Amino acid sequence: MLDFVQQLVSGIALGCVYGLIALGFVLVYKATEVVNFAQGDLMMLGGFFAFTFIGMLGLNYWLGFAGAVIAMAAFGMLAERVVVRPILGYPQFSIIMATIGLGYFLRSVVGMIWGTDDFKIETPFSQGVLRIGSLVLAYDKLSVIAATVILCALLYLFFNRTTLGTAMRASSENMLAAYYMGIPVKRVVSIVWAISAAVATAAGVLLAPITFIHSNVGLVLGLKAFPAAVLGGFGSIPGAVVGGVLIGVIESMAGFYLPQGWKDVAPYIVLLVVLLLKPEGLFGVHMRKKV
Amino acid sequence: MRFLFKTDYEDDIRLFPHSGYVVSYGILLALLVIAPFVLSSYLVSQLVFVCIYATVGVGLLILTGFTGQASLGHAAFLAIGAYTAAYLQQYNVPFPVYFLAGGLLTGVVGALVGFPALRLTGIYLVIATISFAFIVEEVLARWESVTHGNEGMRVKTLSLLGQAVPQNGPTFYYLCLAVLILTIVGTLNLLRSPTGRAFVAIRDSETAARSMGINVSLYKVKSFAISAAITGFAGVLFAHKLSFISPEMFTLQLSIEFIIVILIGGTFSLHGAVLGAIFLVMIDPFLTYLKDDMPGIIAGVAAAFGASKAAASNIESNVAAFASANGLKGAIYGVIIVLFVLFEPLGLYGRWLKIKLFFQLFPLYKRATFKRQKIYVKSERNR
Repeated sequence: MLDFVQQLVSGIALGCVYGLIALGFVLVYKATEVVNFAQGDLMMLGGFFAFTFIGMLGLNYWLGFAGAVIAMAAFGMLAERVVVRPILGYPQFSIIMATIGLGYFLRSVVGMIWGTDDFKIETPFSQGVLRIGSLVLAYDKLSVIAATVILCALLYLFFNRTTLGTAMRASSENMLAAYYMGIPVKRVVSIVWAISAAVATAAGVLLAPITFIHSNVGLVLGLKAFPAAVLGGFGSIPGAVVGGVLIGVIESMAGFYLPQGWKDVAPYIVLLVVLLLKPEGLFGVHMRKKV
Repeated sequence: MRFLFKTDYEDDIRLFPHSGYVVSYGILLALLVIAPFVLSSYLVSQLVFVCIYATVGVGLLILTGFTGQASLGHAAFLAIGAYTAAYLQQYNVPFPVYFLAGGLLTGVVGALVGFPALRLTGIYLVIATISFAFIVEEVLARWESVTHGNEGMRVKTLSLLGQAVPQNGPTFYYLCLAVLILTIVGTLNLLRSPTGRAFVAIRDSETAARSMGINVSLYKVKSFAISAAITGFAGVLFAHKLSFISPEMFTLQLSIEFIIVILIGGTFSLHGAVLGAIFLVMIDPFLTYLKDDMPGIIAGVAAAFGASKAAASNIESNVAAFASANGLKGAIYGVIIVLFVLFEPLGLYGRWLKIKLFFQLFPLYKRATFKRQKIYVKSERNR
């Protein structure tokens, strides 16, 4: 029983990691219907910025964190301006390919600048564990869970309660109609990319003690976070986190109870089954156009 | 400029609309046939890869380009073809039999993937095909009694009609070329048949296709099966060319390469698959050239512009260091993909058509002919 609870908790912690990255996917998708395959790589780049500020320049952890978030928000805007804006509105597939290209570029440029070793950031959560009875929880994992819950709640409120959030949803529904309603669509898209890059950076920095930072971390985790976003229904913010937690729990349970090899495949099998039964994901909204 | 007067349907669907096509494709074929006698063995070997990639590209074009169903899982189909070949070869099955078996089995698997994919569109389909590819990769790594797991499988030299066909010899090149040409001709015939027209109708509008009486599900599954089968055939050749296969060769990276092939070549015509394959395969020799010769050339140019000898050699070593940097290939890939999506959405074949039209219409060519219309984002969630 204790094993089960321990696996469950570590699965939830792992799942929150995926959920945090999946949030970035969902944000951009919700506002522009663009699927950003470079999301994981933005996270990786954010981690490297934070490493540069904290590890190399010796800044205070929180100061470095904030610096990295701001720098990455600016980078997100730049990436949107250069890569995405010219093709916004063209078939989804071209945008997917463009972001895959962006991901390739970021990975190899980061590899050239910082090298291909593993890096570590010293954080206030790096050491120490919380003991509840005989259950052991590391602070670094708890920090990820807490951050995921907070960010998810903030973003959910932002999208559903603020004017800017409503404008974002409107511009994804129909860009031209949004223009007519006086929404500055270009600025809205730019802002959402900044937010999603910032969320990705937060994920990257919080993950640093757990997974370390290396130039491929974004690809590896992005490929897990992506099913998480799909599982939750791509346009749903709570869905992303629930999907992430599901994937994380499935992965850690499969790793513990099933023979070797199932751990990596189990999330994808579950994903395929869910997609068969509910093609729009668990929290997706099914909409039909009247012809 | 030549005007083609079409008086009946047969004229419209002709494979060679006029004699110019016969001449130019005849010359191309002749050049390809004499290639192994003229080119170095390295380049011939690259040409074999061009043929294999182009075959996969044609398969992917049927699915993605003509039926409009994106797939990032074609490496898995290639793997199934390759492993079928390697497995059957152990039992001394002759090449023609396992070649067909590889294609057929992959086609059946493709149809099986096609059924669940029926309800999925857009991004959900992409992730479903990625998941499928991951599962296949893991199965190949774990099903050790058949696939030997991560140790991989050795593929013996191909033997055809009692003759050994080494994978570096000209005969193997001719075999790959023949498979490519047969695939292209077969696909062209498919595309001018009712089936091909149904594919295109589904791509352009599923609702419209359905209301014209096309059984959308049936044709989507067909498209998956045909596309997978062609990729399976290419997989058999791929296994022979590499003479060793293991699960980590068939990763998402390879699937992305196949998509790059058709994206760079152009997704609206079969020419695109071939041009894209040439581009993708020839990037390696080009990068090697860049590494070896570029520093000297740039230093030479700098010297010609009046740089001192020390500065020139300094430039040379800097450029050499840059050119041999580890991740350069990935960065170049990334930049190429982004540039093509942004500036050449019709791909290399689109560029060729533009150049051709420029000369045909000589003083009257207008750039706006190929200009993309401004489109605004409209939710794809409402369908």
